[in-house]
Amino acid sequence: MRKTYINGLGCISAQETFDTLFLEKAEINENDTILAVKPPIYKDFISPVAIRRMAKGVKNGIVASAIAMKEANVATVDAIITGTGMGCIEDSEKFLKAVIENKEEFLTPTSFIQSTHNTVGAQIALGLQCKAYNLTYVNASVSFESALLDAKMKIEEEEANAILVGGIDENADYTTSLFKLAGFIKKENEVPYKVLNSTSKGAVYGEGATFFVLENEKKSTTYAEVLDVEIINKLAVNEVESKCSAFLDANDLQVSDVDAIVLGFNGDVEFDAYYKILSENSFKNTPQVYYKQLSGEYNTASAFGLWVGAKIFKTQQVPKIIRVNNLEKPAYKTILLYNQYKGIDHSFTLISKC
Amino acid sequence: MKGVAITGMGIISAIGNTVEENYVSLVNNKIGITTIENISTIHSGEIKVGEIKKTNQQLVDELQLSTDNNFSRTAMLGAIAAKQAVQNAQISSINEYKTGLISATSVGGMDMTEAHYYDYFEDKNLVKYISCHNGGDVAHKIADELGLKGMVTTISTACSSAANSIMLGARLIKSGKLDRVIVGGTDALAKFTINGFKTLMILSDGYNSPFDDDRKGLNLGEAAAFLVLESDEIVKKENKKVLARVSGYGNANDAFHQTASSENGDGAFLAMEKALQVANLKPEQIDYINVHGTATPNNDLSEGRAIVRIFGEEKAPDFSSTKPLTGHTLAAAAAIEAIYSVLAIQNNVVFPNLNFKTPMKEFNLIPQTTLKHKNIEHVLSNSFGFGGNCSTLIFSKNE
Repeated sequence: MRKTYINGLGCISAQETFDTLFLEKAEINENDTILAVKPPIYKDFISPVAIRRMAKGVKNGIVASAIAMKEANVATVDAIITGTGMGCIEDSEKFLKAVIENKEEFLTPTSFIQSTHNTVGAQIALGLQCKAYNLTYVNASVSFESALLDAKMKIEEEEANAILVGGIDENADYTTSLFKLAGFIKKENEVPYKVLNSTSKGAVYGEGATFFVLENEKKSTTYAEVLDVEIINKLAVNEVESKCSAFLDANDLQVSDVDAIVLGFNGDVEFDAYYKILSENSFKNTPQVYYKQLSGEYNTASAFGLWVGAKIFKTQQVPKIIRVNNLEKPAYKTILLYNQYKGIDHSFTLISKC
Repeated sequence: MKGVAITGMGIISAIGNTVEENYVSLVNNKIGITTIENISTIHSGEIKVGEIKKTNQQLVDELQLSTDNNFSRTAMLGAIAAKQAVQNAQISSINEYKTGLISATSVGGMDMTEAHYYDYFEDKNLVKYISCHNGGDVAHKIADELGLKGMVTTISTACSSAANSIMLGARLIKSGKLDRVIVGGTDALAKFTINGFKTLMILSDGYNSPFDDDRKGLNLGEAAAFLVLESDEIVKKENKKVLARVSGYGNANDAFHQTASSENGDGAFLAMEKALQVANLKPEQIDYINVHGTATPNNDLSEGRAIVRIFGEEKAPDFSSTKPLTGHTLAAAAAIEAIYSVLAIQNNVVFPNLNFKTPMKEFNLIPQTTLKHKNIEHVLSNSFGFGGNCSTLIFSKNE
């Protein structure tokens, strides 16, 4: 079976992640409930005319994918596969508000056209003039993992040699206010917002675009091999450990083979038990990593998690700002990632250093 | 054995609440395009839609949902179709094998979002609907209704979405990652999409007439359809009846424009070419094309040109669009048309392309306008969407 390698990364997030080594400038913001991306200089990547028309998710997706392709030194790809939980929610909001407020009159199509979930994948294809396989997954917090699994299958099927895979989500004002109302986002008066050992409900929300170039061949830019991805719609807290060890088993690995586990802790006291059970039991002697204190929670935040995993391999170190415990390993060769959101959409991702 | 076995089907559309009802409508020209009743819109006098004539309350009752449920209409339609499909495949223990669900939607819970958008802050009882906007919520609700635990995901590539969920399902079976997978799509009518398509000026003010020179655009519709795909091991072990097989699939991007198709139909051409290659079939082996045929000036020209490029102008197989009956059901379209393709194979019929009068000037392609009986081995079904997403599926008779 052909192997899948991560050969390029591009990350636009709430931290400076697009022209830095590995979180050396990262700062934890414990005072805001919403984290916005640190925008790149868009005009370095997109024409000024196009920039004005594009929502930020589309812009961030285009820039992140371009950075990943540049790093992997590929000019074109055989597939573009994206994941997004809420899609182009800014444009959806804009069009929906116009429909409601203008009572279905005097509408223009631009925001409707850009509101479809596959806009980012489509705009990247248009920019690259790439007529290849193009797909968008929209299943909340496994949207990105679905894209990653599809890409891995494409390489195994020998249908593609180079693939762009990415996760994109954007904050939009009104939807954010609804998420606050529904309690998905933490209440305003509960500062400081700490992700570990939080006692409050909800999460600090964020946004971002994280892209990867996956290829079937190892090269000088290779970060990691993607060994396996598994998606499960529902698990009880007490099923997580057995599911996790079954996943490792299927890959002929044991807990002791895992050099670091990257956990999707988001500070929601109701659901962080899913991570705690791994953190306090099977993996208590394993270096543990968390990242949503930097990225915020969003449906495709786990793509930021994979970016973190890939960077650990490259630098062979875990920055203090993302450490759950004080354990270290002399070398990082195998990393397991686990993520879920509100007890559903669980994913296990396994990567190894080549 | 070529292709992946289809062992169950379920559907709800404007032309019927079951597979049988849909078939009866297809062969009797029973059009489901009517004046809109379930959504209050200022356009109700000038547009016609393929609406399922059941209120949300009727759907709630049918699914026996509790009063505090937060199902969007999209989720309810999807759950009804998926349950039918599982029952049709005679599955009694859903998690007995490695089973997945691949859904598709473009609007997700938009019907609830648009109905309550500015009321959420006023009425606490509505807050439960905020979480159902997410496309994944629909798939989760369907999975819960089926009692399914496993791989669940959702695809959204606008109007080609369900074709891609069927394709992914077939690949997951072929690769052995799953033993069984329920694939399809669901989309309810929404003010959001009605107004969106209205602003693009591609809604017909009458009845859509695909591949007609005077076509004026599409009628929107709503529907849900799901199919059960199973591995040959299960088919053999349980002596399952195979309805037909998914033998080919192709996905390409037109890379031309966010909403318009290229004049030469590059994406459509590449998708059909790829599907034929996967199915290992020559163009002349296709007996029937269920075209995307939305009846917009742009789609039919682009799709027609691509058909000419693949098959040759004089050698195009019988083709028809079933959208004059159902309307364009967006993310569900490829799933309902997959079921129509299987029905064509099972019953050896080509369904008529209604409302056709005048051939298009640009090429000599005349759709089949009456019900035609002939042996059908292979059906090719096209679905294209915004963002240049072009997908083709090929269904074949089980041998």
